[in-house]
Amino acid sequence: MKTISMRNMAVGQRGQILSVKADGEMGRRIRDMGLIRGAEISIQGRAPLNDPVAIRIKGFTLTLRNNEADLISVEVQ
Amino acid sequence: MNTMSATIALAGNPNSGKTTLFNALTGARQHVGNYPGVTVEKKSGTYVNGDNKITVVDLPGTYSLTAYSPEEVAARDFLIREKPQVVVNIVDASNLERHLYLTVQFMEMGVPVCIALNMMDVAKTRGIDIRVDRLSKLLGVPIIPTVARSGKGKDELMQAVSSEERAIKNGPLRLSYGEDLDHALDTMESLIRPCTAVSNIYDSRWVALKCLENDQQIIDYMKSADSGLYASLKQVKDTVTDHLKKTLETYPEAMIADYRYGYISSIMKQGVMVHRYDENRLYLSDKIDKILVNRLAGPVIMAAVLFGLYFFTFTLSEAPVAWLEKAIEWIGATADAHMADSLLKSLVISGIIDGVGGVLGFAPLIMFMFFGIAILEDSGYLARVAFMLDRVFRIFGLHGSSVMAFIVSGGIAGGCAVPGVMASRTLRSPKERLATLLTVPFMNCGAKLPVFALLVGAFFSKNEATMMMIITVISWVGALLAAKLLRMTLIRGESTPFVMELPPYRLPTFKGLLIHTFERTFQYVKKAGTTILGISILLWAMMTFPGLPDSAKEGFESRKAQIQTSASGGESIPSVVEKRDAAIKALEAEENEAALRNSMAGRIGSSLEGVTSFAGFDWRTNIALVGGFAAKEVIVSTLGTAYSMGDVDPEATESLGDSLASNPAWSPLSALSLIIFTIFYAPCFVTVVCIVKESGSWKWGAFSMAFNTTLAFLLAVLVYQTGSLMGF
Repeated sequence: MKTISMRNMAVGQRGQILSVKADGEMGRRIRDMGLIRGAEISIQGRAPLNDPVAIRIKGFTLTLRNNEADLISVEVQ
Repeated sequence: MNTMSATIALAGNPNSGKTTLFNALTGARQHVGNYPGVTVEKKSGTYVNGDNKITVVDLPGTYSLTAYSPEEVAARDFLIREKPQVVVNIVDASNLERHLYLTVQFMEMGVPVCIALNMMDVAKTRGIDIRVDRLSKLLGVPIIPTVARSGKGKDELMQAVSSEERAIKNGPLRLSYGEDLDHALDTMESLIRPCTAVSNIYDSRWVALKCLENDQQIIDYMKSADSGLYASLKQVKDTVTDHLKKTLETYPEAMIADYRYGYISSIMKQGVMVHRYDENRLYLSDKIDKILVNRLAGPVIMAAVLFGLYFFTFTLSEAPVAWLEKAIEWIGATADAHMADSLLKSLVISGIIDGVGGVLGFAPLIMFMFFGIAILEDSGYLARVAFMLDRVFRIFGLHGSSVMAFIVSGGIAGGCAVPGVMASRTLRSPKERLATLLTVPFMNCGAKLPVFALLVGAFFSKNEATMMMIITVISWVGALLAAKLLRMTLIRGESTPFVMELPPYRLPTFKGLLIHTFERTFQYVKKAGTTILGISILLWAMMTFPGLPDSAKEGFESRKAQIQTSASGGESIPSVVEKRDAAIKALEAEENEAALRNSMAGRIGSSLEGVTSFAGFDWRTNIALVGGFAAKEVIVSTLGTAYSMGDVDPEATESLGDSLASNPAWSPLSALSLIIFTIFYAPCFVTVVCIVKESGSWKWGAFSMAFNTTLAFLLAVLVYQTGSLMGF
């Protein structure tokens, strides 16, 4: 088990969210989508220019920009 | 049972099928307005079933009930102020956990909730079984399964909503948010309760919770309601915030969200849902995505789709646009034949018929564009476009979704800024949206093309294709840089978080598409129509009054009489008649030129000559540019009048082009300067009116005229002066 930022995850990699370091509107938008501590996610793909990233959580797909993914640290195998 | 006056609100996440359910419930009995003070659209309609009549209000789709976006504030204010009998919360059964997050917030607020558990069919095919009764019991909220697309369950839903034995009055849900926050909430609640000004409107504990969540709207409200009370609340909040930060490295908002999700997952664990397949297995939609957002194939397909949208909007609407133009022409001709020559006639034909015609002429375009965009939006593809292009547009402070508006406005030459400005509605981020709708008029719309064709044909005839390409590139680069400039100055600030759902692909419902399209078109015709008619009449007056002084008129009359006399006796000789008619035509053109020069627009044009000569424009060009504010192609016809060419058809400009090319006042450099100015200067007034409607303020309409014209002038001067120095 090691902890990395969501930006550095590879496509197809799975993990569990350890922390979300964001407050204000950014934090609220991230949490609204279910990205909270303990949530299981996997990287579904990246846009043609590598940014934003598409992730899979609880059976649906979310996208966020890399600088937003920076705020989320994930525990991966 | 009195249900005649019942009002219910539909609320739910975007993509929950809320609008589909609203359409199924109300059919065509809809009314679209605005929430007071904001540009958020308010849709309401009536559900009728026998004697049962219910007013249904479609609240804006939100993920949450904080005060970060105008949509959320509008939804919340409606619930608090209008107190609908029931809030029907549409929840996507195939995405239950996340959708219940909003449900919990309604319950915390204490509004009576009834859940429409939608997309039961999708859930079923995904192997999700939901035990509705158990979920309903655990949440303490009635739940009706629905399939909005087919209308299944809608009558049961309305039955439940209006039947009194199922009246839903639970009082606010009291969740625990952990020891620290619960304690702070208790203290704050006891402080708020005695202040009846607040506690009569809001639930005290809810206000305390919102303060802890840093909800700006409630905080501002509390400050103005009772600043002393707010100070003591803030103290409690700051203490617990500090404590959480030190001990758990977290914020109260995050903690509250954690406990909400915790509550939901504790319910989920009590056997309300059975997954028959792996939760994260890939469905058809994900397989489609493997191709449509593929690194290589994705952009190619996207280019094809955007081009298809463009083709659909502009090529297929050609026929209806032509019919409308024919009809308007016919009305104009009828008026021409039946009215005596007078100012009134000129007003009716040039001011009113052309003005109304101008508005209606855009209607088919808008209809086709909204139909096309609605397909892309409802199917889920638009979200993918935003996803793929965001990286590029973000550089300029815009959003991936901005691309639609740019393309429609003329990103592929020949679009139109009117539907383009309206297409910015698909953006949910306010700053990016404003920057988009202010810069799309720089694109090369179909009305600017005749101007470019004229100038390029006359001065750059050897490199026509290259010049047209360069013009397209200049407008794109200019628009994006202008957007960047705006986002760094007037509309500056952090970009709105991108976090966005890629909803599963869905086949749009035809009914939904039609309702959407007609609603938008009708709104445009009704709202923009009145203003545009007024401005059209104003412009007509500017180019007509005060007309020629009597002495000058007499001069023209006597010259005309001279021509008539000199040709008298020769009425039977064709060559004499021909010569006479040509002379009269030339004289009339000269008179029109003199009248135009003497009009208000002409005087403005002449008085600006001192300034505009820096860009190489004389008074004739100036008047033409004033005329271009009505519609850009008017530049060509006004130039024709100003050069005494008589009526110039914008489609056939060779003769005007020849006379410009041979005119010593013109050079390729001044033509280039005018091209640059035409790309960037004030949008036509139809676009300005749309900017006003879409931004919600006249301020931005006025800004776009002033800013664009200044920018255009500076660029034109730069080009002309640099060119002159370099000896062109």
